[in-house]
Amino acid sequence: MTSPANDLDRLVGREYKEGFVTEIDAETLPPGLNEDVVRAISEKKREPAFMLEWRLQAYRHWLTMREPRWAQVQYSPIDYQAISYYSAPKQTPGPKSLEEVDPKLLETYEKLGIPLEEQKALAGVAVDAVFDSVSVKTTFRNTLAEAGVIFCSISEALQEHPELVRRYLGSVVPQGDNFYAALNSAVFSDGSFVYIPKGVRCPMELSTYFRINAMNTGQFERTLIIADEGSYVSYLEGCTAPMRDENQLHAAVVELIALENAQIKYSTVQNWYPGDELGRGGIYNFVTKRGACRGHRSKISWTQVETGSAITWKYPSVLLEGDGSVGEFYSVALTNNRQQADTGTKMIHIGKNTASTIISKGISAGHGQNTYRGLVKVLSGSDNARNYSQCDSLLLGDRCGAHTFPYVEVKNPTARVEHEATTSKISDDQLFYCRQRGLSEEDAVSMIVNGFCKEVFRELPMEFAVEAQKLLDVSLEGAVG
Amino acid sequence: MLKIENLHVDVDGTPILKGIDLEVRAGEVHAIMGPNGSGKSTLANVLTGRDGYEVTQGKISYRDRDLFALSTEERAREGIFLAFQYPVEIPGVSNLYLLKAALNSKRKHLGLGELSAVEFLKLIKEKVKLVQMKEEFLHRSVNQGFSGGEKKRNEILQLAVLEPLLAILDETDSGLDIDALKIVAHGVNSLRDAERAIIVVTHYQRLLDYIVPDYVHVLANGRVVKSGDKELALELEKHGYTQLVQSSGEGAARSAGA
Repeated sequence: MTSPANDLDRLVGREYKEGFVTEIDAETLPPGLNEDVVRAISEKKREPAFMLEWRLQAYRHWLTMREPRWAQVQYSPIDYQAISYYSAPKQTPGPKSLEEVDPKLLETYEKLGIPLEEQKALAGVAVDAVFDSVSVKTTFRNTLAEAGVIFCSISEALQEHPELVRRYLGSVVPQGDNFYAALNSAVFSDGSFVYIPKGVRCPMELSTYFRINAMNTGQFERTLIIADEGSYVSYLEGCTAPMRDENQLHAAVVELIALENAQIKYSTVQNWYPGDELGRGGIYNFVTKRGACRGHRSKISWTQVETGSAITWKYPSVLLEGDGSVGEFYSVALTNNRQQADTGTKMIHIGKNTASTIISKGISAGHGQNTYRGLVKVLSGSDNARNYSQCDSLLLGDRCGAHTFPYVEVKNPTARVEHEATTSKISDDQLFYCRQRGLSEEDAVSMIVNGFCKEVFRELPMEFAVEAQKLLDVSLEGAVG
Repeated sequence: MLKIENLHVDVDGTPILKGIDLEVRAGEVHAIMGPNGSGKSTLANVLTGRDGYEVTQGKISYRDRDLFALSTEERAREGIFLAFQYPVEIPGVSNLYLLKAALNSKRKHLGLGELSAVEFLKLIKEKVKLVQMKEEFLHRSVNQGFSGGEKKRNEILQLAVLEPLLAILDETDSGLDIDALKIVAHGVNSLRDAERAIIVVTHYQRLLDYIVPDYVHVLANGRVVKSGDKELALELEKHGYTQLVQSSGEGAARSAGA
């Protein structure tokens, strides 16, 4: 293999025509995808050889795959050759303090209300901020290091802990798992890596803010979280994106691994640009999130509040491998205007005495289309598996839609699987009642919607729950009246 | 406080109220009685600004302002309260939350500050005792899974917390046993003072034994066919509405023919 260092410099050195929304010098590969681009990314990040090989396998597999068409979403075809697969804010290597970080970048975070600085210490949250494709700054590394917790970008992890990455990467979501996961495996630029050692309860909530900023640069984040035996971690992921006119592809992969008696709680508040009222612009969010309860009595809990994106295609899942393991999925998905969401979960019961809970709340407004798609699968060896699923839909107005596709496959007669589903509307009576008590119509809708989502919100960490409620209010603006 | 003049209201193009005149002064309690379909609930809904009621003639002034210029929520914040005949369920929203949101929106409107959590809880605990509800009720979803009697008592709890200037009780007595009726009446009576007015809409005289009205009006076919004092209610209890309704029906036929 010829190392295309010269090609890379040439590619990267080319002028980026559109410029950036935030005017930061960036290194961006020109649009297009081929093996050289995959090599360039790996080279750029000085990855170990096994990683390049892994990426190339993924790329070759991806070439044989087709974009899935079964989801209840509609969009014009994506030209994968028109996307740039790498964009990094240019900076002197390794900023040691905030002073060394590009002030424009910090300003953008300010605007988003992300307190990257010392306020976070008070809130007790460590942030690994991903701006476009490269981690800019990681806070609270020391506090975490004292506890033995590794929390860094996946690029760093590849340098400093290659054996851990090699052992677990792709062990839950294999390279060829699905079209978008294969694409991500080939070209992922960065993401977060977390390792919690045996018996350690992570001393703070871990959080990452993602932001898509570079025009035409698909984001291919890769997150890997490993909770070793008897450990606990709560991870928060929050996203916002600025206005833009072109659709943007986002294909992230998140893998969680919980070993014996370990617990992982993963919470997401997602608010990417949903497009305007007519459906122009907005993010395509095709994400593969999956956790493996690998050890006995381990537990993985997904909580998500999805209000953004033009299209959401996302099924955070749990493989219940260990005996007595527990999987949970709590979801609020809101679609307004022309937004489309096809989201849900997969609970795969493999070990004995495994239990899963699914609580899904879909809210549709405007012309929004909201689909719940969930699979509960009980394999033959999984004795005494239990599942409870509840899917509720709330409709605002009469031009939106709610759809529910529950799939159940049970191969063991001792399984107990329950499914409940409801669809309701905010009634004129409810609105009048609230307004007669002095609430404005908007406050009334907000209160009723928040009531509908209560079972999910109470699973979120406190500060996230507040943020989530505000997000729903903002997302529903103009949906009523 | 409230002055209704020549009020005509249509629902879906059908005239329901056909010329109502009514004046309610501060400190007074008015009972509005009448058979089913006479327009009692329509009157309550028009006063509170519910959609679907078209005022074709007449005017209403409330505290010297044009009532129709105020939105539903403005009327509420200005002190008009309706105790609903059929209180509405709101899943997932606690009673406590609704009460706090309602009280604070009113206080904000009146230029008062929002109550702190501690002040609010202190107030609520007092009011809960007044309607003899258990505190756990506050944490349940608004009216969800409540019995008919509990829903009505919950309306009175809201009334007690919001302390309106003009309270309208729409068939609050329906579905109540005698003990619950006494509790509801006690809640309402404790609000009675020279500043406030109360309109009690009811079928039956029974509630008026406990909330004694200053005036009684009989509504039939969209008109007030008779007004009097509390004795009128007792009379109605004895003789029924039939005679009054018939005479008003003839009146309507005559005026239509003229």
